[in-house]
Amino acid sequence: MKHRQRFLTLIGLPSIYLLLLFIVPLGLMAVFSFRAGTTGAARDVFTFDNYIKFFHNTSFQRLLWRSAGISFFMAIISCVLAYPLAYYLAFKAGSKKTFLMLLIIIPTWTSYLLRIFSWKLILGSSGLLNSVLQALGLIDQPSPILLYSRPAVVVTLIYVWVPFVMLPIFASLERIDRYLLEAAADLGCTRFEAFLRVTFPLSLPGVVAGFFFAFIPTLGEFVTPLLVGGAQGSMYGNLIQDQFMRALNWPMGSVMSLAMLVIVLLMMFLLTRVGPLTDLLGL
Amino acid sequence: MRRLNLPSFGAFYYLLVCVILYLPIALLIIFSFNDAASLTFPLKGFTLRWYEQVTQSSELLFALRNSVLIALGSALVATILGGMGAIAIVRYNLPGRGAFLAVSAMPLVIPYVILGVSLLILLNQVGIPLSAPAAGLGHVIISIPYALLIISSRLVGFPNNLEEAAMDLGASYWEALGRVTIPIISPALLASFLLCFTISFDEFSIASFLVGTDATLPVYMYSQLRFPTRLPIVIALAAIIMTVTMAVMIFSEWLRRSGQNTSRK
Repeated sequence: MKHRQRFLTLIGLPSIYLLLLFIVPLGLMAVFSFRAGTTGAARDVFTFDNYIKFFHNTSFQRLLWRSAGISFFMAIISCVLAYPLAYYLAFKAGSKKTFLMLLIIIPTWTSYLLRIFSWKLILGSSGLLNSVLQALGLIDQPSPILLYSRPAVVVTLIYVWVPFVMLPIFASLERIDRYLLEAAADLGCTRFEAFLRVTFPLSLPGVVAGFFFAFIPTLGEFVTPLLVGGAQGSMYGNLIQDQFMRALNWPMGSVMSLAMLVIVLLMMFLLTRVGPLTDLLGL
Repeated sequence: MRRLNLPSFGAFYYLLVCVILYLPIALLIIFSFNDAASLTFPLKGFTLRWYEQVTQSSELLFALRNSVLIALGSALVATILGGMGAIAIVRYNLPGRGAFLAVSAMPLVIPYVILGVSLLILLNQVGIPLSAPAAGLGHVIISIPYALLIISSRLVGFPNNLEEAAMDLGASYWEALGRVTIPIISPALLASFLLCFTISFDEFSIASFLVGTDATLPVYMYSQLRFPTRLPIVIALAAIIMTVTMAVMIFSEWLRRSGQNTSRK
């Protein structure tokens, strides 16, 4: 009984905070999704209109699926690019490991906004890429390369996320018992076979965690499209932001947010088959 | 058996990634010293005037003050809440533990835009005006998972028999926590505080919905990105902040490591 009381005292405050400022707001958002308008009498109306509108508007859905597709694709590429990096650091870097790791992490301490913005300085019409190409005589007219398009958004986001994706993959590679690899070699595996059948499967939880590190923020992303994506590169997150900040149609924005939440939870459910979430986070 | 070309390929790849990671940042730093308001090539000349103007822009300094205050506040609250939660989940395996873990880790898997708009709805319903501290409320939510992670990994590192010893010697449970447990986990508490500070300090998405006219630094920076002539000042400030952040993060990483080493002994 004593234990129970201490446990409840300790866990009480954080639980109340999360309940009031995390669970309740999400619940309120669900309530809002059934309302006719943001203010006045329209507030008190219960309606399915927003859902009907959402499901009839194919452009909303297309943007949602396309954003989910972009996030998925971007997160996969980030994992593929981060894996060799994590592998190198975990197995080949030796005593310089900590230092080399730090070098990868330091750039992430620059302001997130400016890391994104800096790609405008590279891709823009008077940016680095154009200047270099012009100096080399490869082009004579400066023109924005990639900028204001979906590929620009993808390139920029990969840049932002590779270091973060690398971390959990590195952690899972570090945890692998090196004797397992020796055993595999003793049993006649080549190095490549040992990688495929021992190292890679054991590092999969880290890869899944890394995937989510990149996938989830990207799905909700609205800053990068605004900065480097232009009109062509806007994503589902921009749609939600618009509903709340400009169109002021909060009920519709709530429906859109819930739709995004469903996709996130679906992805979580599918991919946590690899291992429970708390394991992936190392808790 | 060791093939010689493999390590060199890894090293080459590492180097390539490093160059790509640092290139955009190097560009920013170069432009912060460039004597021209537009961020375009070719470069003009060396100047320190953007750094001088950082100290003269009152809007910018106000946003910086806002950001520092809410980062301090949200990091403090997240570390206290995370610390309490961490002690509870590491020391006790009672009903409610699993549910608490699941809920407290959830902010990691929910896009910030959703957290931002849901808090916007809450504040609107309760009638709390938008402000920088309102953004701080949201920053605590996203910081709690990290605080829990850092503090609980430190707690796992030392067994609870020290607490029991203190209680055998006549301390109450809460005295034992205050005089034994908290001093032992203090490096983790500080590391958590510093990490949560940087999370809040750099956060834009949630803040953009909640600050109203009370801009935090990222929100202010975003508004300035549309006025090209103001950009060099913003970039100069970012260069200063990056230097400070680097010092803080290296210090916190050192704390975390030194904490882990002593717990292994």
